[in-house]
Amino acid sequence: MAEAQALTKKDFKSDQDVRWCPGCGDYAILNCVQGIMASIGVPKHQICFVSGIGCSSRFPYYMNTFGFHSIHGRAPAFATGIKAANPDLSVWMVTGDGDGLSIGGNHMAHILRRNVDVKILLFNNEIYGLTKGQYSPTSPQGLKTKTSPMGSVDRPMDPVSFALGCGATFVARTIDTHLKHMEQVLLAAAHHKGTAFVEIYQNCVIFNDGAFDAFAEKTVRDDKTIDLRPGQPMVFGKSLDKGLKVDGWEPRIVTAAEADVWRPDTHSPGPAFVMSQMDSNPAMPRPLGIFRDVAAPIFDAALHEQIRRATSTKGPGTLEKLLHSGETWTVR
Amino acid sequence: MNPTRERDVQSFESVVIRFAGDSGDGMQITGNQFTHTSAVIGNDLATFPDYPAEIRAPAGTRPGVSGFQVRFSSADIHTPGDQPDVLVAMNPAALVVNIRDLKPGGIALVNTGQFSDSDLKKAGLTKSPLTDGTLAGFRVIEIDINKRVTEALKGTTLTSKEVQRCKNFYTLGLMYWLYNRPLDTTIKWLEEKFAKLPALAEANKLALQAGYNAGDIHELFQGRYEVAPCSSMPPGTYRNIMGNDAIAMGLVAGAQLAGLQPFLGSYPITPASGILEALAAYKHYGVITFQAEDEIAAICSALGAAYAGCLGITTTSGPGVALKTEAMGLAVSVELPLVIVNVQRGGPSTGLPTKTEQADLLQAIFGRNGEAPIPVIAASTPSDAFDAAVEACRIAVQYMTPVILLSDGYIANGAEPWMLPRVEDLKPFPVKFVEPNPEGGFQPYARDAKLARPWAKPGTQGLEHRVGGLEKAHLTGNISNDPDNHEFMVRMRQNKVMGIRESIPTPNVFGDSTGDVLVVGWGSTRGSITSAVEELRKKGRKVGSLHLRHVWPLPKDLDKIMACFRSVLVPEMNLGQMARVLRSEYPQQNIISYPKVQGQPFRTTELVKKIESLLEK
Repeated sequence: MAEAQALTKKDFKSDQDVRWCPGCGDYAILNCVQGIMASIGVPKHQICFVSGIGCSSRFPYYMNTFGFHSIHGRAPAFATGIKAANPDLSVWMVTGDGDGLSIGGNHMAHILRRNVDVKILLFNNEIYGLTKGQYSPTSPQGLKTKTSPMGSVDRPMDPVSFALGCGATFVARTIDTHLKHMEQVLLAAAHHKGTAFVEIYQNCVIFNDGAFDAFAEKTVRDDKTIDLRPGQPMVFGKSLDKGLKVDGWEPRIVTAAEADVWRPDTHSPGPAFVMSQMDSNPAMPRPLGIFRDVAAPIFDAALHEQIRRATSTKGPGTLEKLLHSGETWTVR
Repeated sequence: MNPTRERDVQSFESVVIRFAGDSGDGMQITGNQFTHTSAVIGNDLATFPDYPAEIRAPAGTRPGVSGFQVRFSSADIHTPGDQPDVLVAMNPAALVVNIRDLKPGGIALVNTGQFSDSDLKKAGLTKSPLTDGTLAGFRVIEIDINKRVTEALKGTTLTSKEVQRCKNFYTLGLMYWLYNRPLDTTIKWLEEKFAKLPALAEANKLALQAGYNAGDIHELFQGRYEVAPCSSMPPGTYRNIMGNDAIAMGLVAGAQLAGLQPFLGSYPITPASGILEALAAYKHYGVITFQAEDEIAAICSALGAAYAGCLGITTTSGPGVALKTEAMGLAVSVELPLVIVNVQRGGPSTGLPTKTEQADLLQAIFGRNGEAPIPVIAASTPSDAFDAAVEACRIAVQYMTPVILLSDGYIANGAEPWMLPRVEDLKPFPVKFVEPNPEGGFQPYARDAKLARPWAKPGTQGLEHRVGGLEKAHLTGNISNDPDNHEFMVRMRQNKVMGIRESIPTPNVFGDSTGDVLVVGWGSTRGSITSAVEELRKKGRKVGSLHLRHVWPLPKDLDKIMACFRSVLVPEMNLGQMARVLRSEYPQQNIISYPKVQGQPFRTTELVKKIESLLEK
């Protein structure tokens, strides 16, 4: 791994000009991802970025790794094929709220339940950016956009709740403006064995600017968010004086001393689901960090294990064997 | 049938039997067993299973009738026959649905045990067809199989319901006696099939033997018949093969000849599921099968696997192709090898899922957004499907292109004897991936002499590159919106696909190479066309036929061949799609379309009549 250790962030920048809008949250994410790539100990020719369609999906073009910019919503299927074909690759998938949860919601559900060893970064800006500003499946109800001039009547979906419902083995959330936090979360995702799903709140400066300001803006962030850290008390606030306690099914705000310890590895994803549903309650802090982190059998490894087992019991298949595999007779 | 009397055994050159019953009666198994036994004793044969879309339509009703037609012969044959010589009808519905096809004077073997008033009612009948004149002109053999099988299995531990489920093997035994076939192939099959349920194996064997003995004991028939082994079959090792299985084997063989691991992404759909099922059992050949969440994920996963260095494959039928269309366009754009198998069925929409049709031809050639050329290959018989699949793999990897392989329901479920190719005759076409760290860097959209781009496997040092659906700059593959580059790349992809012509043979003409009518076919019409041309040439007509394996691009010199005939007839199971293609490619030729869209293959007699009508003009 000498080659990998020598890598720096610069090695992961491709020769293509980055063409997101000035001020787009995507720049911060790209910068962070290029940074952590240099530290995960994988040579860059063993890394493959896969995306669908949308602003976020241009991501692979800017990474000096292997990359596949595929079809709207279908990145999970491409990533599954790539990983199944070569489980040695480190496969990363970049998607957005429209790509990953609207047109590609079906594939997202299935890659998560299968536990394919792919790291998924879902950039959530609660808007369609590349098509120039229509509401998305995560847009809040009432959002006025070009296709919802009187306000969207759709109820939004919560990406973390969705992933948990699909049986995802690793679910986390971070913010584009909180680089240090993003770095920690992405590193944890990188080291997870199985599908890692990371929702990244990402600000669209053009069509939905300030969508997350209410809790993500730096002056309020400490009081309005809580970082779920495995094995640590659930505390938050500028001076870490507040905490969360879950009485029955409802979380409530308590003093830091009374806070429960966060466990993302409970048998049931119930606690994580309770946390994810705090989003719709403005009185509660917005949870970030690691919601879920459990071990489960990995799809791509299991596929190859079956091939190995079949080959060792039946012997490797040859053309001769293939042709003569049924009942044959000879005409002289 | 041309009988030559010899004691009480009459010999025939060729016989057609149709087994018909309720979809729960096991007629497909019965037909397959008869086919298999006939194959092993050396008959040439062809089969035509015809079953309903419903798994179990209400018992005893007409929509629930399942049929299996088998023709076995001592001479070379190409079709399962137009009309059965023998109809086995397990219930009234099966009898009335199939009787109109039975040859005049043919044998109708009827299970009278299933002819109660309520059975008649289920079949929508008020009077029994056994007595109302329906069967006039046929030789009717009445036998209460329900009762006979109950007697035969007296003393076993089976419930009466289980006993009745052995009726099909009793019937099979009867047919084995009538046509002088050995029981051992079926007995062996039963022992393997029911290895864990010895009581069922034993009961079915008893039923089979009882049916066989009944032929002797009950003097149901005037005598026995014989169809000698086919003497004109070329020497070699044979097996019986169905189209879906042949495609599965051809894909495995194609991958091995290319030196690649095959990856199949597929979603179950009639009548293509058999290929996925067969490949799922080939894990020891290194086959990766992925049953995707939908048709789209199926092809996308296969294309992802192709990017990663596998032979990507997806298998489906028409409605599935519709869903895969966008990904096929991406495959054209990223120029990766991918084999897309379409086992066609009746359309549009859900259409006739279990019936055959060839109406996806234009969809295959043209059905994508943008200029998205894809080569198209068509299998023509169950055994030919193996070669067609190998050829699809060859073109895919040599030209770095998606390839569509067309089959149809008739090929998928039909069976015939297949002379196994010798392994040393299968020509390898090994893939050469780009080596690590090429001098002077790596250009993912450089071209070789065939205009194919290089295949660079992720995991190879120094080849990091990105592909996608956005237009790419020549050589570098970087995103490009340049107008001239776009036209250049559109033409490049088109020229690459049309250049496949250089690697494909011009098909041979069967029959006369100059004359009055040339019949041009593609796909599963081959058997009927060959039989019709043979029949007409025996009558001294100047006719020939040409069968297209490569339907896009078309082989060279077709115009020269067509010019040697007064007219060109194109029979196809659609409204004239190939005729339309040929007319646009060869506007100077006199091309006559002969469409049939009934979910049923062409009968030889229909073709003979049509060709004769042209000869009279």
